[in-house]
Amino acid sequence: MPNQQAAARRGFFESAPGRTIARNWALCFLVLMAVVFSFAGPGFFDLVNFQNILHLATGSFLLAAAETFVIITGGIDVSIGFVYGLSSVLTATLMRNLTLAGMAPGEAIVISCLVALLVCLLPGFVNGILVTRFKVPSFIATMGMWGICQGATLYIAGGYLPVMGAPESVSRIGNSFLFYIDPGKSLTFFHKPDYIANESVRQLARVFPSSLLLSIGVLLVLGFLLKYTKFGRHTYAIGGSMDASVRAGINVDRHLVIIYTLSAFVAGIAGVFDVFQTGIGNYTPTGANYELLAVAAVVIGGASLLGGKGGILGTAIGVILIAVLNNGLQIVGISSFYRYIGVGILLTIAVVIDQVFPDLE
Amino acid sequence: MAYLLETKGITKRFGGLTAVDRVDMGVEAGEVVALLGDNGAGKSTLVKMISGVYKPDEGDIFLDGKKIEITSPIDALAHGIETIYQDLALAENLNVFSNIFLGREKTKKALGIFNVLDHGYMEEESQKVLDRVDIKIPSLKANIRNLSGGQRQAVAISRSIYWDAKVLIMDEPTAALGIAEQRKVLDMVKSLKKHGIAIIIISHQMYDVFEVADRVIVMRRGIKAGERLVKDTSSEEVVGLIVGAEEVGKK
Ligand SMILES: Nc1ncnc2c1ncn2[C@@H]1O[C@H](COP(=O)(O)OP(=O)(O)O)[C@@H](O)[C@H]1O
Ligand SMILES: [Mg+2]
Repeated sequence: MPNQQAAARRGFFESAPGRTIARNWALCFLVLMAVVFSFAGPGFFDLVNFQNILHLATGSFLLAAAETFVIITGGIDVSIGFVYGLSSVLTATLMRNLTLAGMAPGEAIVISCLVALLVCLLPGFVNGILVTRFKVPSFIATMGMWGICQGATLYIAGGYLPVMGAPESVSRIGNSFLFYIDPGKSLTFFHKPDYIANESVRQLARVFPSSLLLSIGVLLVLGFLLKYTKFGRHTYAIGGSMDASVRAGINVDRHLVIIYTLSAFVAGIAGVFDVFQTGIGNYTPTGANYELLAVAAVVIGGASLLGGKGGILGTAIGVILIAVLNNGLQIVGISSFYRYIGVGILLTIAVVIDQVFPDLE
Repeated sequence: MAYLLETKGITKRFGGLTAVDRVDMGVEAGEVVALLGDNGAGKSTLVKMISGVYKPDEGDIFLDGKKIEITSPIDALAHGIETIYQDLALAENLNVFSNIFLGREKTKKALGIFNVLDHGYMEEESQKVLDRVDIKIPSLKANIRNLSGGQRQAVAISRSIYWDAKVLIMDEPTAALGIAEQRKVLDMVKSLKKHGIAIIIISHQMYDVFEVADRVIVMRRGIKAGERLVKDTSSEEVVGLIVGAEEVGKK
């Protein structure tokens, strides 16, 4: 019995406190790391830095959340990194062209975002059809889409240059905060008080980046879907046993098409937001490995590539873990290539824990 | 009595191999038919056509005398044809009540707009049906992965009867079980029979057959090799049909 072998390997982790630690190892590791960086890195333990970490992790949150659904079904979606870039470049191009054509910035922004999001449904839908109708393994199907989306992105961007010319208000929205506090004087929402000049905005306490609102919103909706709805239950069932799901009358093919489409759509949201964060349309640089980092976060968060396991909360912890690792190493002044080693080690721990505790929930 | 479920000339080919060759068979309400035959004789393929996993290449299926089209497992379920597969087809990563309700989850309204899973209802109903087959499972929140073979079998059976099976198909229900659990499963079969369910049971164990079945149908290399009432036959005769001894004898 594999379970008994597993039990023998557990030792301390067989006890109740041991199991709790094993179950929440990513969280424990996160806390531990935060403590170490707080002592070792001046400026790490600081509200501004924490907000910065979360703000910069917005894309990672969304990509990893998208990947979570696919991985729970037992598949993998490696196209999302380039769907992300496609969405970003397309949004920025549309914004620029519509504004140039004389459309009001507000309208141009809204229409560009909606069109880009709609377009992003397509690669996901095609992935889903390839995986279900044509029985192409998900890795291969989404690998093809990875290339197609990269090519389409470069075509739209006209080469390896970021797309400029989006309305100026875009990056203001993307980098705004929920609260602007001038201690003892004023509190405003979403914009700084008028009497403060642009240059001196740093003297204000700016709390809760709007980007975090987006991340939390998307993660809550997706988490709810996964945990409390029929759709979510079927997602786990398909990952647990494709056969059982088919025989229980679940329309597995339709479900998977929706999952891959959803995955690309959420990656599309990430791309649109990227324009708001940076003010430009960024193609995905080769070697950015967004999709692989998303997979890493999902697995660190407790999912198994065999399917049937994982969740949005775990994934969010995985994303934060990787983000804190990057940020902390940077602040401590450790060369950036160590972070790859760090992510690799975390991933290895996750896989080993999954192996030793196959039944851990 | 007329058959509740009947196949006429049903055939399934896999490439050049005819796995099931023009088989006529039927089962009455409240009757247990045992399907016997060597490995590869075509038993599983035959029942998979009835349960909608495979589409027959030829032949028809009748329910209550009316021809029905079964093109997917959903069709079969809609007709009250429930199947418990050899591998049980449970999602091991889900708990007991999620499996009993798999594909047919009960939902309730949250905040008046969202349909959310009604865990409480599903757990209570699952408990009731498990009580009916007299099986104890410590917690219905336990994942299937952590249950014994007999408990899994009970979950699979409970799922079928909860959904008002008219016809219950069981593929090797006792194969992976200990002696005590085998007894339990056979008792369940007897009680389902009393409820008027038509049962087709595939088994290798002669003991099972003579314990619960009314009739045996023997398959050999895709064809129906014979059919006997249990009360009129012996295990020697049945074994003879399975291995084709009487044919050899004739030559
Ligand atoms: N999906 C399939 N594809 C090809 N051949 C199959 C398939 N399923 C069953 N067979 C073949 O059909 C024959 C009957 O198999 P099966 O119905 O499983 O027999 P049994 O259940 O009586 O052991 C066997 O020769 C088997 O190899
Ligand atoms: Mg079989």
